[in-house]
Amino acid sequence: MSVLNRVALGLGLTFLYAPILVLAVYSFNASALVTVWGGFSTRWYAILFADRPLIDAALVSLRVAAASALVATILGGLAALALDRAGRFAGRSLFTGLVYAPMVMPEVITGLSLLLLFVGIGLDRGIVTLVIAHATLGLGFVAVLVGARLKGLDLALELAAADLGAGPLRVYATITLPLIAPALAAGFLLAFTLSLDDLVIASFVSGPGATTLPMRLYSQVRLGVNPEINAASTLLVAGVTVIVLGATWLTGRNAAKAGPTYGA
Amino acid sequence: MRTSGRPAVTRLVPVLPFLWLGAFFLLPVLITLKISLSAAATAQPPYLPVLDWSAGPEGWGTFLEELDFANFETLANDALYRDAALSSLSLAAIATAFLLVVGTPIAYAMARAPARVQPLLVALVIVPFWTSFLIRIYAWIAILKPEGLLSAGLMRLGLIDRPLELLNTQAAVLIGLTYAYLPFMVLPLYAVFARLDPRLRDAAADLGASPTRVFWSVTLPLAGPGLMAGALLCFVPMVGEFIIPDLLGGSDTLMLGRVLWSEFFSNRDWPLASAVAILLLILVVGPLVLFREAETRRTEAAR
Repeated sequence: MSVLNRVALGLGLTFLYAPILVLAVYSFNASALVTVWGGFSTRWYAILFADRPLIDAALVSLRVAAASALVATILGGLAALALDRAGRFAGRSLFTGLVYAPMVMPEVITGLSLLLLFVGIGLDRGIVTLVIAHATLGLGFVAVLVGARLKGLDLALELAAADLGAGPLRVYATITLPLIAPALAAGFLLAFTLSLDDLVIASFVSGPGATTLPMRLYSQVRLGVNPEINAASTLLVAGVTVIVLGATWLTGRNAAKAGPTYGA
Repeated sequence: MRTSGRPAVTRLVPVLPFLWLGAFFLLPVLITLKISLSAAATAQPPYLPVLDWSAGPEGWGTFLEELDFANFETLANDALYRDAALSSLSLAAIATAFLLVVGTPIAYAMARAPARVQPLLVALVIVPFWTSFLIRIYAWIAILKPEGLLSAGLMRLGLIDRPLELLNTQAAVLIGLTYAYLPFMVLPLYAVFARLDPRLRDAAADLGASPTRVFWSVTLPLAGPGLMAGALLCFVPMVGEFIIPDLLGGSDTLMLGRVLWSEFFSNRDWPLASAVAILLLILVVGPLVLFREAETRRTEAAR
C-alpha cells in the first residue's frame, strides 16, 4: 500500500471515529462540563440506569425494532427474489422504484405522508404505526443485501434440484433459503438498527405512550450537551458495534464468493 | 435460462411486497399531494375539504372544486420558502462535492489495501453508518460550540486567540452533512473500486502512464456510475435533512426539512407542511430517477 493510501485511510478513520471517542471519553467525566476533565467517574451511568422514562423509551424502541425488522426481512427478501427471479411482470419498473425509493426519500416526506395515511384511515398512532413505518423503511435495505447475495449464487444448484424432481417451493426451502440466510440475517440486523435509530419518521407516526429512545434523547439534546446522554450514547454505540461485528461475521463467511456488498 | 420454464409460484412472489409498498409508500404520497391542495382548518383532521363518501359522485364534484393551489402560491410568494429551498439545494450540493473529494481517496485506499484487511476496513466504515445518526450529530455540538473542544484545542496550540463561532452556522451544517453521510459515499465507491479489473490499471501502467494518470484516465472513468450512485444516495436525503440543520445550524439555517417540521409540529398547518413535502419531492424526483438508473446500471454491470 502506498504512503498516500495509508494517509487517506488514517485521516478518514480519524474523522469518522474522533467525535464518537470524544463522546465516550466524556461519558466517564466526573465534571458536568464538556471541556473540563474532572476525573474518572461512572456517576452518569448510575443516573442513566435510574432514568425510568429513558429506559421505558428504550424498551419501546427495542420492541418496535424487533417487530419491524421481522416484517422488513420477510417483505425485503420477497422483493429481492421478485427482482432477481420473477423476470418481467406487470409494473416491474414501478416495483423497482418503490423498492429503492424509501431508502433515499427524505425522512420528513416519508414521516408526514405516512401520518396523513394513518389519520385518513383512522388508525390510532402508537406501536403499530411505528412498526408499519419502520418496516417500510427497512424493506429496501434488506432487498439490496439479499439481492447482492442472490446474484452471487450458482443457479446450477437450483436447476440441479429441479432436475432431480424437487418442486419450486422445495427448491426454495432446501437450496435457495439456506444459501441466502446470511444475507437475510444481516438484513434483519440492519433493519433493526435503522428502526432503533430513527427519530424523524417516528416523531410523525408515533402517538402518546409510544415515545421511542431517539425521541426521548432528542428532547434532552435540544436542551444542550449533557453527560447522561453521553453515557446513553456510549452504550448504544457499543451495542451497535457488537451487532455490526456479528453481521460482518455472518456475511464475511461467504464474502469471497459473493464479492463485496455494501451496506453490511 | 432465467426466463424459461418459470413456475407459477414465482409470479406470486412480488405480490406481497408490491401491495405493502403501494399501501404504505405510494398511497401516502398521493394523500400528501391531495392535502397540499386543501386548506388548513381548526377541525379534526385539521384540513378541508374532507371527501364525503356518502354524497356519491356529487360529493366528489364539490370536493374537487374546493381543492386549490393556495398553499403553493404561499410557497412561491413568501421569501422564507424560496430561501429554504435554495439553501437546501446548495448546502446539499456543496456537501456532496465535499463527500466526493473526501470519500474517493478513502474508498480507493480501502480497495487497494491487502485483501485480508479489507473486510475489517469495511466493518470500520460501517460501524459509524449503523451508529445512531442523532448521537453522531450530537457529538459535534460538544466539539464545535465556542467553549467546545475544537476552540479549546486550537487556543491551547496558540492558533487562535478567541473561540470560534462555528456552532449555529452554515459551516457547522456542512461539517455535519459531510461527517454523517461519509459512510454512504465510501461504501458504494469502495464496492466499485474493488470490482475494477486490476489488469486495466496494469495495462495502462505498462503503456507508460504514471500512477496519477492511471487514476484519472482509467480508474475514475470506470468508476463513473458508482460515483454517480454514491453522490445521489447522499444528495437526495441531504436536501430534506432535518436533524443536522436543527442541531448544528441554529436559527439562521433554513432547510426545507426543518421548515416542514415546524409547519407541522409548531404551526399545525398540515396542508402547508404537505405542500412543502411536495415541493421537496419535486426537487428530489429528478435525482431519484437518476439514482435508480445508476443503481440499475451498477447492478447490471455486477452480473
